[in-house]
Amino acid sequence: MATRTVEVALATTGLDGAGNPVRTPLVTDAGGKVVPVTPHDAAEPDFGGEHMLINIGPQHPATHGVLRLVLELDGETVVRCVPHVGYLHCGFEKIGEYRQYNQIIPWTDREDYLNSIGNNVAFVLSAERLFGVEITPRCTVLRVIAMELSRIISHLVWVGTTSIDMGAFTPFLWSFQERENVYRLLEAWTGARLTTSGTRVGGMIADIPAGWLDDLKNFVRTFPRTIDEVDAMLTKHAIWVGRTIGLGAMSADEALNYGLSGPMLRASGVAYDVRKDFPYLDYETYDFEVPVGSAGDVYDRYLVRVEELRQSVRILEQAIARLPDGPVNIDDPRLILPPKSKATSQMESMIHHFKLVMEGPRPPIGEAYVAVESPKGEKGYYMVSDGTSKPVRWRIRPPSFVNLSAIPRMVEGHLLSDVIAINASIDIVMGEIDR
Amino acid sequence: MSDTGIRMAGHAAPDAPAPVTPHQVAHRGGETNPSAAALAARFPGAVTRTEVTWGETTVHIVAAQARHLIQWLHDDPSQQYEYLVDVTAVEYRGGGPLEVVWHLRSIAYRRFLRLKAALDTTKDLVVPSVWPVYKGADWLERECYDMFGIHFEGHPDLRRILMWEQYKEGYPLRKDFPLRGRFSRSEQLTQALSANPEAHYSMGELRIADAFDDLPKEMKVRLGHGEVTGE
Repeated sequence: MATRTVEVALATTGLDGAGNPVRTPLVTDAGGKVVPVTPHDAAEPDFGGEHMLINIGPQHPATHGVLRLVLELDGETVVRCVPHVGYLHCGFEKIGEYRQYNQIIPWTDREDYLNSIGNNVAFVLSAERLFGVEITPRCTVLRVIAMELSRIISHLVWVGTTSIDMGAFTPFLWSFQERENVYRLLEAWTGARLTTSGTRVGGMIADIPAGWLDDLKNFVRTFPRTIDEVDAMLTKHAIWVGRTIGLGAMSADEALNYGLSGPMLRASGVAYDVRKDFPYLDYETYDFEVPVGSAGDVYDRYLVRVEELRQSVRILEQAIARLPDGPVNIDDPRLILPPKSKATSQMESMIHHFKLVMEGPRPPIGEAYVAVESPKGEKGYYMVSDGTSKPVRWRIRPPSFVNLSAIPRMVEGHLLSDVIAINASIDIVMGEIDR
Repeated sequence: MSDTGIRMAGHAAPDAPAPVTPHQVAHRGGETNPSAAALAARFPGAVTRTEVTWGETTVHIVAAQARHLIQWLHDDPSQQYEYLVDVTAVEYRGGGPLEVVWHLRSIAYRRFLRLKAALDTTKDLVVPSVWPVYKGADWLERECYDMFGIHFEGHPDLRRILMWEQYKEGYPLRKDFPLRGRFSRSEQLTQALSANPEAHYSMGELRIADAFDDLPKEMKVRLGHGEVTGE
């Protein structure tokens, strides 16, 4: 990895005459220039091959779920890492083969549970391709709002928990407070905070309630302040930089070869973002940037995610401005239930309701893979239909599963304490990995 | 964040035409991915047919040739399928062959390609591993083996990943596997209770480390006799 210079600030050195914090570089070279904070060079004395086996997890707060890592250590340096996953496996894909399309949506809440409504949207996008229907313009924009809110939640949880892993408690409180605001919005819209089930094939569970858009505008106005606070606290913090820079670095070629996606891949310098390269929901008409790092280490992954929060706010602003009036659900009786008032008063609507619920809509024979940019990376749903109301195969392409598979490569040669930082930087959700 | 080295990149492939969200996608037919024709011209015997469903090109190939084809798609400068999206399988209701599915992306050309190879379920399910081409195939193939029982020849460490290593009920995503599992609840409970609680580490893990020397002697003997351990 090429060395680079990051100026770090020590918060304890006080203020200068103008009231600005004094930035004290941690290390300077002979010429007085700030020199890079180098990754830990292997200064460990060699104890003649006395290797030790150490087990982390499955019940360990720093593994972000029930992940188990078996590490072979030489002193404090990791020689080999064997990950074990599957403790949360519940057979989502198997169960999906026994459910109608709309009945699968609650399962998508529960895989990547930090991104529930984003998964709901991703699933129905794939199902709608399979049914061959086009959603309404209002629904398209509402789904963009849902996906970006969901990205904000997930990145906030990531910043909060990762900073706790590295000993910084304050950003956790800030980010979880903002997350609470987003959850309040989602609760007002869908009736649930975590398990939203907010979409239906052909539309949404409901239109946004009256006054909701004003609450969202309020959030979009106030939220960037929190991003700036987190940025100001962490980006140049000596301990944060020292504990993240140079760790788990993956080069661009290597990251692609390992199939990494999302912020993991972009931190390595590959500008692959599904929203830009294989757009959906008319993302090509929004004006936003794809932040890309260079070193591919934990620090760059942090920077990319913080910048993505800002870009999500930009997208939300544009979506609010363009939200058109009109119906949310498509006008297609094959997919959309009749209104409850009609279903209980008119015989035809009642039969229609009964047949849709009991038999379910049937897509034509075919298959579709639709991917979205989830906060973790490329999340895709591959569905195969044989013409019945239940899919033959429902496959989740889990981004954090593939990202985690590179952890043996990323931790080797690093210290035991860095394993925690590298593992946190992957942004794993075990619900999605084990499914 | 200009001073931290983060740059704002527009697209992964700025030279390629700007993509748009697909609308009104046709069920059958439509534009075929040019890689399909290139593949058929380069490997005439290995490509059986090409179809376009919902705008996505599927190339049906001969299973034994999978790695050669994918290696070429990865290496050839006119294809550049550098990104392995997924390796999975599909089994249809009511019999028929089991299909192994590879989803590939060429980021430089913004192409998406699906390769499919049919396997006869009455014979051994074997396909070549693409791990030598994409390291990302490691866990994806392990999961496919775990769920369908497909053997990926050339995979360095093909063992169960989501189910535990001593799982005896078969391959859960096969259509002949009942939703409740193959064993009765009491049998599943019996097996869980009779599991060896000492067996936290697999032999592979114990052998790599000197920790093996620190084990009690009788456990070493037992493990040495090939007792299956690990989760």
